[in-house]
Amino acid sequence: MEHIKELLYKMADDLLVIGHRNSEWTGLGPILEEDIAFSSMAQDKIGHSQALFQILHELGEPEPDTNAFMREAKQFHNAQFLELQNDDYDFSTIRHFLFDHADQLRFDNLANSSYEPLAKVARKIKGELKYHVFHADIWLNKLGNGNEQSHARMQTALNNAWNYALGMFEKGDYEAQLIADNIFEGEQSLQNRWLSVITPIIEKANLKIPAEKDWEPILGGRKGYHTENLEQLVTEMSEVFRIEPGAEW
Amino acid sequence: MYGNAYIDPNEKANAMLAGEDPIKLAEFEARIARGEKIEPKDWMPKEYRKQLIRMIEQHGHSEIIGALPEGTWITRAPGFKRKLALMAKVQDEVGHAQLLYSAAETLGKSREDMINDLITGKSKYSNVFNYPAYTWADACIIAWLIDAGAIINQVANAKGSYGPYCRALDRICTEESFHLKYGHDNVVTLATGTPIQRKMVQEALTRWWPPIMHFFGPSDKISSHTEILMRWKVKMASNDDMRQQFLNMYVPKIWDLGLVIPDANLKKNEEIGKWDYTEPDWDEFKRVINGGGPCNAERLAVRRMAEEKGRWVRAALLRKDEKYVTPLA
Repeated sequence: MEHIKELLYKMADDLLVIGHRNSEWTGLGPILEEDIAFSSMAQDKIGHSQALFQILHELGEPEPDTNAFMREAKQFHNAQFLELQNDDYDFSTIRHFLFDHADQLRFDNLANSSYEPLAKVARKIKGELKYHVFHADIWLNKLGNGNEQSHARMQTALNNAWNYALGMFEKGDYEAQLIADNIFEGEQSLQNRWLSVITPIIEKANLKIPAEKDWEPILGGRKGYHTENLEQLVTEMSEVFRIEPGAEW
Repeated sequence: MYGNAYIDPNEKANAMLAGEDPIKLAEFEARIARGEKIEPKDWMPKEYRKQLIRMIEQHGHSEIIGALPEGTWITRAPGFKRKLALMAKVQDEVGHAQLLYSAAETLGKSREDMINDLITGKSKYSNVFNYPAYTWADACIIAWLIDAGAIINQVANAKGSYGPYCRALDRICTEESFHLKYGHDNVVTLATGTPIQRKMVQEALTRWWPPIMHFFGPSDKISSHTEILMRWKVKMASNDDMRQQFLNMYVPKIWDLGLVIPDANLKKNEEIGKWDYTEPDWDEFKRVINGGGPCNAERLAVRRMAEEKGRWVRAALLRKDEKYVTPLA
């Protein structure tokens, strides 16, 4: 089952970390409606993460709260892309767009996974992700085609995000087995589908994907190598839980 | 979450009615007396409009400023269940601001103007949010007892005379009743938990008791003349009546949990059916509402920063050919 656990951990951590980041917009968005939108997405992401930690628990891993709140940063398997600070709304929107398309395609594929507990959860989750992607596409288009400043900001954010985004498709040690067992299509296939979906939307937003010669995926997150941002995030997230880890909160 | 509108004690009743057409005014007051709702396009006295804008706007500001002390605990909430619930709760509060600003916009002030008045310090918000939420337990006490107070105020105001505000409040109260359950569940968990948890929640209650007593506004004895606002059903209950209602409903529940309320004089006077308590420090209240509280500067600075950082986004959304439309409410 190690191959399934590897897949579940990286997904659960991606969702926990991006959910945490999305929730940081609460009270601080550029307009109230966006505070509310990011909060909704944060709740979905954290809920999806919890569902995956629950499957892990059924596979013998610690129960979801302990697993999520008591590990050290180096035990997290999320892509580094997701732990970066929210920064401004430009970077947050670009990350939301790039991650959510990948997330949706991943769950679409997993809805047909041969591993039924995951397939079952994926079928439920993918319906919710439709709205996340819908929201991302609208904002990419509005800001990419907004005014000169918003266009420039979005292009810069896309350039800065790109290699981190490619790091989402870092392969794990059990990649071949996951593909052979029809559990998951594999990161390369997912990345190819992702590129073909996002390219026309990015073009319509009047933005350009960086030239392919400059693509250098930022790897390591899946294996526990992280930026200092994750250390801060995990410390903050577990601050209360660690006061009394065994207690009911 | 919201306490009570802070009404300037220097305003005199006769000045409030100066220059109004007596026939229209009489018709207007008769409608309110019959229990009719006033709608955006109806005639209304200038002072009615002014007081409602101020009140609804203050309420809206309280919701977004209130999201700050609680919002800082979203990223620290212990465990999935609490994290999800707190996110949903604070999201509701921001949604309330959206509803309330829309209701105030029907009276002729744009959301942008209201937010500008907030960040320049021209308009107020509930005083209670000028105090810090030091620990997770503070966030739990806020969610239970401040929301409880807000419900008392809002249920009363939902029976007021201005249609759009009443409709917004009806929706808000439904959501607040879930917040109350959420807050109570949290406080019960801590109060029946480990010694560390019990200590946390007792300390939070001790810290929050004075702001809670301030929450409904100054005592009727020193509060401004509000007879006209009561007649117009802008203000629906006196500050002291709401405070009594709160004490009656929540002091027994707090005591049931074995928590100590830091007021030795607090007890129910069974003869008159009212609670005796140490008079809150109203000088402190005035000092805080006028900017001297522990968090006033920080709250406004955070809000200003959010407005500043989001300016380019709002500018990118503007379309020259689009006209401003007052929201339906």
